[in-house]
Amino acid sequence: MEITRKDLLGIEDISMEEIETFLTTAESLKEISERAIKKVPYLRGKTVANLFFEPSTRTLASFSLAEKRLSADSFNLSSSSSSVLKGETLLDTVRNLEAMKVDFVVIRHSMSGAPHFIAKRLTASVINAGDGTHEHPTQALLDLLSLKEKFGSLKGKKIVIVGDIMHSRVARSNIWGLKKMGAEVSVCGPPTLIPYKIEKMGVKVYYDLNEAIEDKDVIYVLRIQKERQTGGLLPSLREYIELYGITPEKLKKAKKDVIIMHPGPINRGVELDPRVADGKHSIILGQVTNGVAVRMAVLYLLSGGKSGDVS
Amino acid sequence: MTTKEKGTVMDEAQIKRALARISHEILERNRGAENLVIIGVRKRGDSLAKRIKDYIKKVESIDIPLGVLDITLYRDDFTTIDYKPIVGKTEIPFDVTEKIVILIDDVLYTGRTVRAALDAIIDFGRPKEIQLAVLVDRGHRELPIRPDYIGKNVPTAEDELVEVKVKEVDGEDRVILRYCIDDEKNEH
Repeated sequence: MEITRKDLLGIEDISMEEIETFLTTAESLKEISERAIKKVPYLRGKTVANLFFEPSTRTLASFSLAEKRLSADSFNLSSSSSSVLKGETLLDTVRNLEAMKVDFVVIRHSMSGAPHFIAKRLTASVINAGDGTHEHPTQALLDLLSLKEKFGSLKGKKIVIVGDIMHSRVARSNIWGLKKMGAEVSVCGPPTLIPYKIEKMGVKVYYDLNEAIEDKDVIYVLRIQKERQTGGLLPSLREYIELYGITPEKLKKAKKDVIIMHPGPINRGVELDPRVADGKHSIILGQVTNGVAVRMAVLYLLSGGKSGDVS
Repeated sequence: MTTKEKGTVMDEAQIKRALARISHEILERNRGAENLVIIGVRKRGDSLAKRIKDYIKKVESIDIPLGVLDITLYRDDFTTIDYKPIVGKTEIPFDVTEKIVILIDDVLYTGRTVRAALDAIIDFGRPKEIQLAVLVDRGHRELPIRPDYIGKNVPTAEDELVEVKVKEVDGEDRVILRYCIDDEKNEH
């Protein structure tokens, strides 16, 4: 199926068929990163602005490499070193970029809805690289690709997302994506970190980790986001580790071939014991490899490339 | 653009004989299969490439490495064509450096697909030589590209189309000549 949209802002408003298109395209583009010369000329002459108002290692590096491997010209602007410090508004910032004829804006912002705000006002294609606690669509797509590689179809597969669901845009995008692909999704965490009435998204809620992980095919572990919590939500980090940290001992209660995923960065010893992070259940680094392929696919398809069945 | 079938240019038997002859010509010209690799251009060129590889294996017991190339990302005509092609997987599981690459496609027309394929192959390494084998050459070159092995020469007019069907993709082996119907005239 063809992708005709201008922007990729979230998983909530894209269809299962569109997700399939992103994934099959990413599968085709993955080998480019294995070549000696990791470059194809497809986006030659196109300009991409990476606007990151929040810190990032993976997402920024991944997008930058995806852009360069498709031969686009890309540059990075971060709020800490731009005129945002002088009080320039978001809208002025992107309008100035548009005046310089950029074709794509990849934006990460601390306010939910920022990408939607600028997408409506720019002719350039806007890609959401994470907005507040709202969505992180390319993360969900790379996670879905990693799961597709492991399982083929996700219908009926059981996935539990463990951690600070409340503040996690990764959780939200993944819940949307996994449900659209037919998986059974649950969340698990301390009651203070599970949003009120999240069952309405079609997920089961657990507060007990042992119960939650018992019959699951995938445990998706989230980072404890110290920077987003205003206080009082966790009695102590040590209590969190005791009750919800994924350790080899706790994994004995899970299925023998359970898969461990994490969006990064990992707080080793907090939500994930290092032995699990680096152990045989983990596909975490595979997720990162898929991130470049998925972002190449997003750039390719939003610029008019086609993939999927010829029907 | 609607087209109608004008006639069959090659039937299954003719295609089989042409591929057999091309296979022998490749071995004859290169005095065997040492240093040869075969790369088929997706889509359909790769099916033909596999048949040539299998034929050579059957006839001379030589196993030539086979790769598949998708040239979608190297095309030069995105702004002029009114559709965007599908990107498939490229799989070249060997080093092309110092090898003689037999590049195989179904139809040679303007030469732009071959140009894109050459750029792609050179991104993978430095081949010793690239030789081109096509099932049909329909003329009208727009670039200085020429085939080394040809199944059949089919002179065509600009408003005609050569369609190659292969069993692996289309369920039958046939080369068809088609012509364009003037849509405007039909509407009146």
